Amino acid sequence: MINVKNLQKSFGGIEVLKGINTEIDKGDVICVIGPSGSGKSTFLRCLNMLERPTGGQIIFEGDDLTDKKIDLDLHRQKMGMVFQQFNLFPHMTVMKNLTVAPMMLKKVPEEQAKAKALELLGKVGLADRADAYPNQLSGGQKQRVAIVRALCMEPDVMLFDEPTSALDPEMVGEVLDVMKKLAADGMTMVVVTHEMGFAREVSNRILFLDEGVILEEGTPDEIFGHPKNERLQSFLAKVL
Amino acid sequence: MNPFTLLLLAAGNPFAAWLAKLHETFLVNDRYKMMIEGFGNTIVITLGALAIGLVIGTIVAVIKYLAEDSRSLRPAAAICDVYLTVFRGVPMVVQLLIFFYVVFAHAKNGIPVAIIAFGINSGAYMAELIRSGINAVDAGQMEAGRSLGMSRLQTMRVIILPQAIRYILPAIFNELIALLKETSIAGYVAVVDLTRAANLIRNNTYDAVNTLFLVALIYLGMVVLLEQILKKLERRLRKGDKR
Repeated sequence: MINVKNLQKSFGGIEVLKGINTEIDKGDVICVIGPSGSGKSTFLRCLNMLERPTGGQIIFEGDDLTDKKIDLDLHRQKMGMVFQQFNLFPHMTVMKNLTVAPMMLKKVPEEQAKAKALELLGKVGLADRADAYPNQLSGGQKQRVAIVRALCMEPDVMLFDEPTSALDPEMVGEVLDVMKKLAADGMTMVVVTHEMGFAREVSNRILFLDEGVILEEGTPDEIFGHPKNERLQSFLAKVL
Repeated sequence: MNPFTLLLLAAGNPFAAWLAKLHETFLVNDRYKMMIEGFGNTIVITLGALAIGLVIGTIVAVIKYLAEDSRSLRPAAAICDVYLTVFRGVPMVVQLLIFFYVVFAHAKNGIPVAIIAFGINSGAYMAELIRSGINAVDAGQMEAGRSLGMSRLQTMRVIILPQAIRYILPAIFNELIALLKETSIAGYVAVVDLTRAANLIRNNTYDAVNTLFLVALIYLGMVVLLEQILKKLERRLRKGDKR
């Protein structure tokens, strides 16, 4: 579904990604782990071109997103993204947050968009907060709404950029539960995370990024049970 | 003059003398009608210029914001910069005279010319205000909009600008107040605005005190009214933040 070929990214001469190659298949749940500053978030943000790569290719469903002529907006509709800081639209109610994009971009009729939003809100346990404004929600609730906002566009893949890092500890669980359900439903997911328990339990493949390259990748068993790379071993020793 | 006033005058009452003067200055020959006309023109010029200024200011601000990461918009942004420098760097009276005697040299009616001149000038100030509002909106908002598949313009219109307006509403009201007062120079191009009306009456009646103080009071009243409206709006916005 997403084919990453020799992806490179530098910021003002500083190389953050130094040639990343990987493939994300339909139904994959991939966790990206690694020390801070390793380029995990940059890698994820390159996948939907929020950061423009300085080299390499991102092939998404057969189209090269780094091609200047491609309609990025159209492709982004199929790639949901969840941010560390939620980035809900504060001037809109929860319902409006969820329906604005489908109604504007996919011309979904209002009634239909609302019905879909309510259904998904119900699934994350927030059906009663449809008329609230983001400021009235807790962090965990905001992040669940943000996940639903991305889902309302019916994406083919969901990108998560440290979705629980800005949350109070007691709210991490409710967000991870939603993500687990999503994975169980077969959604393709790429998750940048520090939640090793989640990575171990839910993902089918883990990428260990350090200093802009994938140092090791494998199943959770391989990564957590038999880490080969020395740096991965010392990273795991610190975080586990 | 009515007999009652005459009676008071005879008694040497200074207040009555003043009333008589007012009568002479504003009521004789229906001169107050000129004040009403001038008041109307001042309002029309101010509101018209405000509308033009908001439109131009928004367009310029958005172009300059988007040009920060779009090469193709750089030339447009450069033109915007020239516009900002020129229209903020030349005195408004001079701009008004140029518009009336050069740009629209054959204009019969000064009011549309004044609206355009004040509007284009105000747009230069609005642009920088609105841009500061756009910059005050968290960068994550643009990213969230883009990640859903909205274009930069769509995100700007639906997500960024509505939030930016809330940040800069007080500043826009201040600009409106400045604009209202600045229209008092419209008389330079044969427009009978409030100030010019008062000045004409002063010229006819040699009553400088009452004409000029009355016009000052009217401006002051309008500004105080606008300030009250702003206070109410700000209170309502603050309530919105607590939602």
